[in-house]
Amino acid sequence: MLSIKETDLGTPSSPAAQTVTLTIDGREVVVPEGTSVLRAAALAGIEIPKLCATELLEPFGSCRLCLVEVEGVKGYPASCTTPVAAGMRVATRSAKLEQLRRGVMELYLSDHPPQALAAGFGTEMERVAAALGVTQVRYGFDGRHHLDAAIDASNPYFRFDPAQCVVCSRCVRACDEIQGTFALTIRGRGFDSMVVASADEPFLASECVSCGACVQACPTGALMEKSLLETGQATRSVVTTCAYCGVGCSFRAEMRGEELVRMVPNKEGHANHGHACVKGRFAIGYATHPDRVLTPMIRAKITDRWREVSWDEAIAHAAAEFKRIQARYGRDAVGGITSSRCTNEETYLVQKLVRAAFGNNNVDTCARVCHSPTGYGLKQTLGESAGTQRFDSIRHCDVVFLIGANPTDAHPVFASQLKQRLRQGARLIVADPRRIDLVRCPHVQADFHLPLRPGTNVALLNSLAHVIVTENLYDAAFVAARCEADSFAKWKKFICEPRNSPEAMQAETGVPAAQVRAAARLYATGGNAAIYYGLGVSEHAQGSTAVMAIAHLAMVTGNIGREGVGVNPLRGQNNVQGSCDMGSFPHEFPGYRHVSDDAVRRSFEQAWGVRLSAEPGLRIPNMFEAALDGEFKALYIQGEDLAQSDPDTQHVTAALATMECVVVQDLFLNETARFAHVFLPGASFLEKDGTFTNAERRISRVRAVMRPKAGYADWEVTQRLANALGYPMHYAHPAEIMDEIARLTPTFAGVSFARLDELGSIQWPCDAAHPHGTPTMHVDEFVRGKGRFLLTEYVPTRERVNAKYPLILTTGRILSQYNVGAQTRRTANVVWHDEDRLDIHPHDAESRGIRDGDWVGVASRAGDTVLRAHLCDRLPPGVVYTTFHFPGSGANVVTTENSDWATNCPEYKVTAVEVTRVGQPSEWQQRHAASERRSRERLDHATAPK
Amino acid sequence: MNAQRLIDMANDIADFFAAEPERAVAIDGVVNHFRRFWAPRMRRTLVAHVRAHGADGLSELAHAAVRRLAELESGA
Repeated sequence: MLSIKETDLGTPSSPAAQTVTLTIDGREVVVPEGTSVLRAAALAGIEIPKLCATELLEPFGSCRLCLVEVEGVKGYPASCTTPVAAGMRVATRSAKLEQLRRGVMELYLSDHPPQALAAGFGTEMERVAAALGVTQVRYGFDGRHHLDAAIDASNPYFRFDPAQCVVCSRCVRACDEIQGTFALTIRGRGFDSMVVASADEPFLASECVSCGACVQACPTGALMEKSLLETGQATRSVVTTCAYCGVGCSFRAEMRGEELVRMVPNKEGHANHGHACVKGRFAIGYATHPDRVLTPMIRAKITDRWREVSWDEAIAHAAAEFKRIQARYGRDAVGGITSSRCTNEETYLVQKLVRAAFGNNNVDTCARVCHSPTGYGLKQTLGESAGTQRFDSIRHCDVVFLIGANPTDAHPVFASQLKQRLRQGARLIVADPRRIDLVRCPHVQADFHLPLRPGTNVALLNSLAHVIVTENLYDAAFVAARCEADSFAKWKKFICEPRNSPEAMQAETGVPAAQVRAAARLYATGGNAAIYYGLGVSEHAQGSTAVMAIAHLAMVTGNIGREGVGVNPLRGQNNVQGSCDMGSFPHEFPGYRHVSDDAVRRSFEQAWGVRLSAEPGLRIPNMFEAALDGEFKALYIQGEDLAQSDPDTQHVTAALATMECVVVQDLFLNETARFAHVFLPGASFLEKDGTFTNAERRISRVRAVMRPKAGYADWEVTQRLANALGYPMHYAHPAEIMDEIARLTPTFAGVSFARLDELGSIQWPCDAAHPHGTPTMHVDEFVRGKGRFLLTEYVPTRERVNAKYPLILTTGRILSQYNVGAQTRRTANVVWHDEDRLDIHPHDAESRGIRDGDWVGVASRAGDTVLRAHLCDRLPPGVVYTTFHFPGSGANVVTTENSDWATNCPEYKVTAVEVTRVGQPSEWQQRHAASERRSRERLDHATAPK
Repeated sequence: MNAQRLIDMANDIADFFAAEPERAVAIDGVVNHFRRFWAPRMRRTLVAHVRAHGADGLSELAHAAVRRLAELESGA
């Protein structure tokens, strides 16, 4: 059912600019041409009863409740399927209409459980029946009915009760039109009509991806969240922003007191327009999971038991340790890590603490290991470290070039928007070693799938550009007007060299040259062309080079600076963009301004009242190196699990183990906390105020719906730590932090909580010239002035296959789990994915004697682990694949230290491995399991404060 | 800092700028990258390595860039 706070106008809005004037119940109404009578009436405040219609879906005209009378028209047309017309005179109320509607509703109720209607959830069925005054059913319940139909409760988050279903098809249409999975259908005809999932399977076993669109669309309660059934209807609703992926969906958190009843995607949400996925809508249980540690803890050594202490003692202890270590080892021996899971205000405070209180620039963020090449590559070419569009831009796109991204799993709500556009006829090019779902799924067929070898993105991108330039398909006028003449001329000469041709690069990429040529022609000549990419681009030794090559493709074809085109990095986490914007990198202040810029630095020095370093600090991997050399001794880590998420786990944990003070601030005692000396309980996104910035630069409010379970929001903890270090911070609310960000960061100059409340969300840059934000960047000129071309020479990774390591391992994530799994592993999502497996092509499996489900050892130059094999032909022979959601899987024990040349972003996507059948866990896994037991004991035996 | 790791990183950076046809521009590219993105202790370690071991492990362009870096950082 819809949110308790939302009104539904019955049918979608019309995009028409022309208006039509009509009369409804004697009132003159003016609406856009193409609007339905139902919606026109609703806009005028006239409610017409309905069940099968919702503004989320195209009109269907099946429930026969929204009947109206139209002067000069015979009969009683359904207002949902009747468009307005100039001069039309409509009556929504009459004795005849009442009689017809009551009769229809009575028939519905004659096959509807009376107790369901009386349950008081406020379903549309309940409200319409009450509005029509239908309380009795004259026909009794003795005839044929569906009241005994079995309930399908197989899905962990919702149940389907066919007895309450009126077969209005809203669920089926939501699955088709909004989600694009086509998992539901109506089986049978007439009285036997019934909603079924897939080929009449339980929801859990079907193709359903549990996005919940059907549950939201259902007007009767037949499909309903189990949490709603268990908790009862909410009493209040708070608009906030999802804490999962970079789509940044807006939700209404529906609350009953302090208890979260359910999350309902917000129809007014500018990124998601009322849609959601299984994680954002349902996988929220982690926030109240018993694993959460709610009391601060300290210990002298990582082999000691934890000692629970007061907040005062924990903060004082951490501050004293940082001071002691700086006094002994020097100012640069400490640093901090911000988190893309935390708010802008929190990341801003952590980097401020490091720069102002620690007195160095040793601050970094988890974007280091995902999209740091995006920041570097786009800054170099376009002048700003951010994507160029809004998600809605896809509605104007004619050709989608998707490279190194798997949106149906990692950015599901955007994937649904993309599929809607593809069903309307947009063309699709997919470049990915794996045959991802979008290559072929219901009503979507990619025009080209370019299954390149892992590690050869730059070779492919260069050869695409080669075709576009040598075949004269580029936009010479755009390049002449908008780009640097010198750098373009140099690049043109480089890219036209035969070694960059698809024929020459075929040996590297493995993609037939003819396919590359055809794809390049489509991208260059197919109309509005947009590039969407993900970590399959950035997490390579040439990640930054590939991002530049992507920017080149957009510039050289003139596909930038308007709707429907552009360069669109799909950010992995909810606030990757924001954490980078907020100055979390060791070389940049907020707003991507280098620490060596004297004027910028002076502005921060003035505002913060301290001298600041003009030298870049250490990046995360540099911190590890420095720690192993004994030069780096203490780290403040907010909301990041380095020991699980970073590559070459044994290297990371060895570095962490050398440190004298590791402070972990998190919801859970994560893998990194095993090496921590201070644990500071974190607050979930439900417990704090702030903002997140999604992949389209959209700043959205995060609003507290319950008090922090451990007593403090994360920004308050950082503030207390800064004060204990002797650097004063006195913010009363995150709004004040945003005000400071706005004062110091030109691209945020017009942003404030009040403005966000007013507009709903804002895409930066937001300043006097762009008071409503900037949906599309680089419209008239690039941020850097002229677009710049660089020489993107393909350099093969040093991670080569050989006789000992003949396969390439690449990694990714799956729909139901999220990154290190700290959140989703603690929800019912484990029903879909309870372990990481190794996908291996049947040919590679057969030659190694591996069967589906066998335990296999995966060994690389960095380490080895054991996973269960999953035989799968989504990937080509020679490539194996795994997810990294479970710490015990040790996916990052295998990945190496190789990294992007410009940013040190790890090369997660290319690791040479060998796979063999084994009988027991790897040595690392055995040590890890023992360590986990000890860690659990140290927590279970933690001593309470005296 | 582990010099070998820094040598690998320096070589990777040099590999990118090696495409630049003008040698001086290529060297400047590598040097600027060191100065804008590497913490001083990393630069010092690499410079010390070159002073002690010459080009050992470094590509020709990376070596030239580190020598230029050494000049700049010593105020030459």
